[in-house]
Amino acid sequence: MRNIAAIFQKEIKTYFTSPIAYVLAAVFLVITGYFFYGMTVTFSNECLYYMQYASRYGGMPPLNLNQRVIRGMFGLISFISLFIIPMLTMRLYAEEKKSGTMELLMTSPLRITETLLGKFFACFVLYAIIIGLTVLYQVILGAYGHPDWGPVFSGYLGVLLMGAAFIAVGIFASSLTESQIIAVVLGFGALLLFWVIGSAAIFTRPGAGKIFSYLSILTHMLPFQKGVIDTKDIIFFLGFVSFFLFLTVKVVESQRWR
Amino acid sequence: MIEVEHLSKYFGRTTAVDNISFRVEKGEILGFLGPNGAGKTTTMRILTCFLPASAGTARVAGYDVFTDSLEVRKRIGYLPENPPVYNDMTVRYFLEFNAKIKGIEPKQQKNRTEAVMEKCALQEVKETIIGKLSRGYKQRVGLAQALIHDPEVLILDEPTMGLDPRQIIEVRQLIKELGGEHTIILSTHILPEVSVTCQRVVIINKGKIAAVDTPENLTVLLKGSERIYLEVEGPVGQVEQKLKQVPDVTAVSVETGGNGKNSFFVESETKTDIRMQLAAAITGSGFGLLEMRRVGLSLEEIFLRLTTEEAEG
Ligand SMILES: Nc1ncnc2c1ncn2[C@@H]1O[C@H](COP(=O)(O)OP(=O)(O)O)[C@@H](O)[C@H]1O
Ligand SMILES: [Mg+2]
Repeated sequence: MRNIAAIFQKEIKTYFTSPIAYVLAAVFLVITGYFFYGMTVTFSNECLYYMQYASRYGGMPPLNLNQRVIRGMFGLISFISLFIIPMLTMRLYAEEKKSGTMELLMTSPLRITETLLGKFFACFVLYAIIIGLTVLYQVILGAYGHPDWGPVFSGYLGVLLMGAAFIAVGIFASSLTESQIIAVVLGFGALLLFWVIGSAAIFTRPGAGKIFSYLSILTHMLPFQKGVIDTKDIIFFLGFVSFFLFLTVKVVESQRWR
Repeated sequence: MIEVEHLSKYFGRTTAVDNISFRVEKGEILGFLGPNGAGKTTTMRILTCFLPASAGTARVAGYDVFTDSLEVRKRIGYLPENPPVYNDMTVRYFLEFNAKIKGIEPKQQKNRTEAVMEKCALQEVKETIIGKLSRGYKQRVGLAQALIHDPEVLILDEPTMGLDPRQIIEVRQLIKELGGEHTIILSTHILPEVSVTCQRVVIINKGKIAAVDTPENLTVLLKGSERIYLEVEGPVGQVEQKLKQVPDVTAVSVETGGNGKNSFFVESETKTDIRMQLAAAITGSGFGLLEMRRVGLSLEEIFLRLTTEEAEG
């Protein structure tokens, strides 16, 4: 436990001393902020329009803040995570191998799993902080509107679980190579595959289609955005994380064998 | 303290370490001397549990490097060929991180960090980012990292490489001070280095141990000895007698073969070529000289491939 904490602190410190975390957080805020602004303004214009409509003709179509703005925000956050996470994970192993500090970690009395968990949680916490910045938007919505808070919470839970899954894939990619560029490309490629694989279900045989859509991140992500927390989805993400962390341990172990 | 038995390591078809065995006693400083590519780093990586051996065993403080890797790693301080440092950390932060991952009790971590910074003369640069330090300082940070948990065994891979002459003297002095308390293996391809710091030397070449001796004896050997292989037909005792009478011969060893043909290894001390005298001695006595050649890979040849000039190191 102490070892995991030591690696965790070191990784967090490295994240915050290098510009990458700040740059990514800034890019993330600019994009989400722009869309938040756009979606909210569109929504309020629609509301105004329909209010006039209602006063003239009576009756008002159901306009839902959750559906029109919040769900869209979570979709956007997930999509941006697809790009951000490989950039957060790329250096975790690749850089240690390139600079020779892997030799330090491997010859210190640390278990491979301890190093890995320290790195994983550090990246997860940084991701959670970046995602946490968007709570501001929810506060704004809460101040001027009446969102249904249930789907907001489930949305965040979903985004965090998905982030954990993305991070596990990203770390795995980083463990395969000494080059951060290759790590980021591999990580992004793999994530994109898990993102779109559900669409393949449309044109494959039903059996394979089922597997594909089960493996798709989106299949398990959408219920959270709608406010549905299903243990099956939680188990999927936790299993996904464990599987890729397990693969990473095996890769790091096997690199000793060469 | 360290026992290595029949250790081998293959990388695909290359044999980096070939069936080596040696022991290091507690408190001893052992030099690992060999030209580049001899297998020094590979051996050290096996001892520090970074690489597994292909065959053979190695034990440190009684623990097997493969089956009890964690126990071994607790007891070893390792300075790899390139100091394994994080260039974006300050010296102090880096050493405190090392104190944590090497299992030092939280209360002791600050003390130990201060102590190794003192010992390795890092006080002036303790708040400096490691990436900005000179090679000499980085090397000392690497050494401090290896010392921080006060390990029983220190494994130092070319600890003076890339340092300037004054730094080299300082580092050697430090290593000498550490001997006695710690058991040390240090590798080098610089001949004079071992005579300055080590009590015993293992000479390794192409993955094989060529000799194990004290630096003093090696210096004698260095004056020039030559091995000559002879195959002679004749009675063993008499041939041996004759060979020993040839001037400059220091030692003769025999390997008896079947049917009256015997192999002899003759060693001579000086650099004069004694092959003619040997041939004359044998044929003159009526024995049959079947073969005679210089034996390749004498210590001399290995030494020639070592860097003997300090400046070149
Ligand atoms: N990871 C590796 N993969 C393949 N060959 C290697 C590897 N490490 C070392 N070797 C080979 O093993 C031999 C011994 O290398 P090394 O132990 O580094 O020698 P030294 O440290 O004495 O210079 C060399 O021929 C080197 O090319
Ligand atoms: Mg080497």
